Amino acid sequence: MSAPALRRGPRRLRELSVRVGWGVIAWVVGIAFFLPVLWMVITAFKPESAAETWPPKFIFTPTLSEFHLVFSGMGPFLTHSVVATVGSTILVLLLAIPAAYALSVYPVKHWRDGLFFFISTKMLPIVAAIGPLYVIALHLHLLDSIWLLIVLYTAMNLPLAIWMIRSFMLEVPSELLEAARLDGAGRIREIGGVILPIISPGLVSTALICVIFAWNELFLALNLTVTNAATMPMFLISSVPQEGLYIAHLSAAATVASVPVIIVGWIAQRSLVRGLSMGAIK
Amino acid sequence: MANVKYISASRVYAKDTPPAVDALDLDINDGEFMVLVGPSGSGKTTALRMLAGLEPLDGGRVEIGGRDVTFVPPKDRDIAMVFQNYALYPQKTVAENMGFALKMQRVPRADRDRRVREAARLLDLDDQLLDRKPKQLSGGQRQRVAMGRAIVREPQVFLMDEPLSNLDAKLRVQTRSQIAELQRRLGVTTVYVTHDQVEAMTMGNRVAVLTGGHLQQCATPRELYDNPVNQFVAGFIGSPAMNLQAVPLAEGGARLAGGMLPLPAAVRTAALKARLSELVIGIRPEHLHLTNGSPDADGPQQPRATDGSWELSGEVMLVEELGADALLHVRLADGGDPVVARAEGRKPPAPGQRVTFRVSPDDVFAFHPETGARLAG
Repeated sequence: MSAPALRRGPRRLRELSVRVGWGVIAWVVGIAFFLPVLWMVITAFKPESAAETWPPKFIFTPTLSEFHLVFSGMGPFLTHSVVATVGSTILVLLLAIPAAYALSVYPVKHWRDGLFFFISTKMLPIVAAIGPLYVIALHLHLLDSIWLLIVLYTAMNLPLAIWMIRSFMLEVPSELLEAARLDGAGRIREIGGVILPIISPGLVSTALICVIFAWNELFLALNLTVTNAATMPMFLISSVPQEGLYIAHLSAAATVASVPVIIVGWIAQRSLVRGLSMGAIK
Repeated sequence: MANVKYISASRVYAKDTPPAVDALDLDINDGEFMVLVGPSGSGKTTALRMLAGLEPLDGGRVEIGGRDVTFVPPKDRDIAMVFQNYALYPQKTVAENMGFALKMQRVPRADRDRRVREAARLLDLDDQLLDRKPKQLSGGQRQRVAMGRAIVREPQVFLMDEPLSNLDAKLRVQTRSQIAELQRRLGVTTVYVTHDQVEAMTMGNRVAVLTGGHLQQCATPRELYDNPVNQFVAGFIGSPAMNLQAVPLAEGGARLAGGMLPLPAAVRTAALKARLSELVIGIRPEHLHLTNGSPDADGPQQPRATDGSWELSGEVMLVEELGADALLHVRLADGGDPVVARAEGRKPPAPGQRVTFRVSPDDVFAFHPETGARLAG
């Protein structure tokens, strides 16, 4: 009787220590990621004079003055970012849904080649393409135009969206599609009335990922826009003055720019889990 | 209402593989309940899907009501299908599920509602269920909604692909008779696929037995049971299965359990013509009649011809009590595969006991050992 009880003691202890060990690692990594963000938010509330001291000040009078400054200049950048992000995301979904359908439900000929072509475009470093892109944009008179960003962000996110939506569509039971065909649903009705309602959590998570990527994009915006289409990441850069103290101001701008992404990410977190574990359709 | 015809219909899934359905010829009468039965991989579901238009034909034709539908898309074949896992649209309510096909046919809303309600009443589905989503229903209710979706269309042919396999045993038996009864009331030609031979026997007007993509026999349940054309049908139809054993042929009969089993003259002639040295005999479990007299204690038991029937004996290995009757697993004197016998449930022999069975020669089936074909008796 006593032998198993004795053995159970050390085993429990071992299990516990393993759990604690993993917990510590998770917290250390988590805090390492979170600390810079926290530091940024704290700094945003400091006056410029208190922002860049050594040792860093932890006790200070919080001020909103930097935020006032940020909000006063942010307007056009915010508008451009919203338009480019929302516009490109809608376009991505409109193109990715039929493309994913043609690569999954009723695969076209050479669907595998198509699928890998899409993803291969992501393998090219964007730096290599910026020269030609610039020249093309110049000739099309699209430099510093919001339309250019919408098109480029659509192209940037489309491969990922196609791959994601395709994997969701593959999860739809084939019998359901056959039932729809027997019931007399055409392609459009089959996609709109049967497939999309089922994969809607997946569509939401795909859209959210596209929004985050487009919102944070800097390289294309920096090289192809100046003022008429400059986005929020451009605003962050432009808020760095040529001389003088700027850390508090930059932190405030960065904080404001992050808020939409944090909100979207928070929403995405739930629907991502739902979207990426869509096996529960049946 | 319509008849259905398969005319040497074939389906090959991949090159260099045997066809899933090989030149199937089958006539299904108007209003008939036809069951396609067979083990998995027999081609029964493929045959059904060919009729539905979900599977293209690689040869032959399919006709519905005299119309060649081989190249007609599924929605224009005027058929309705009940799927194994029901395939209900998860985002639509029960009423929307049932009315979807009518909506696609642009049937006016009022008409649609009326027909959905009628079908629901026919299937004992409460009106309040009509607004629920499939997820909120029990398995049995989902099954009835799937049936309702088919009924609402008022099609020429119902196609059912193992519609009962997701139900528990009790509900399955109950629903089995409900579907059969409903089909007779509606009088709609029905093709029903199952791997369960009990379902096949109890539901079908006729049953088509398939294996390896080939139709073995298509007949009424009684005919299949009493007159199987080959060893496969004989072994597949009936539960527990027919006892089949390869036995060497000898002068005047076949050697079994250390004795001589007399064979009808016709079987002997057929075996002689085919130059067989052995054949497969089959005896159904209920045709092994337990004799009351206890066997002689000494010496191996000889199957003997007494008043036309003969006897064979062995030792009981296992008794399966079923209540009304009991199944005896008996090892015969020559130690081959154990045979299964059906005995009365009240006082079955105990394991280890020696028993003797009386068998009438009319109840013995004989099959060709290689082709499995029945040797005419």
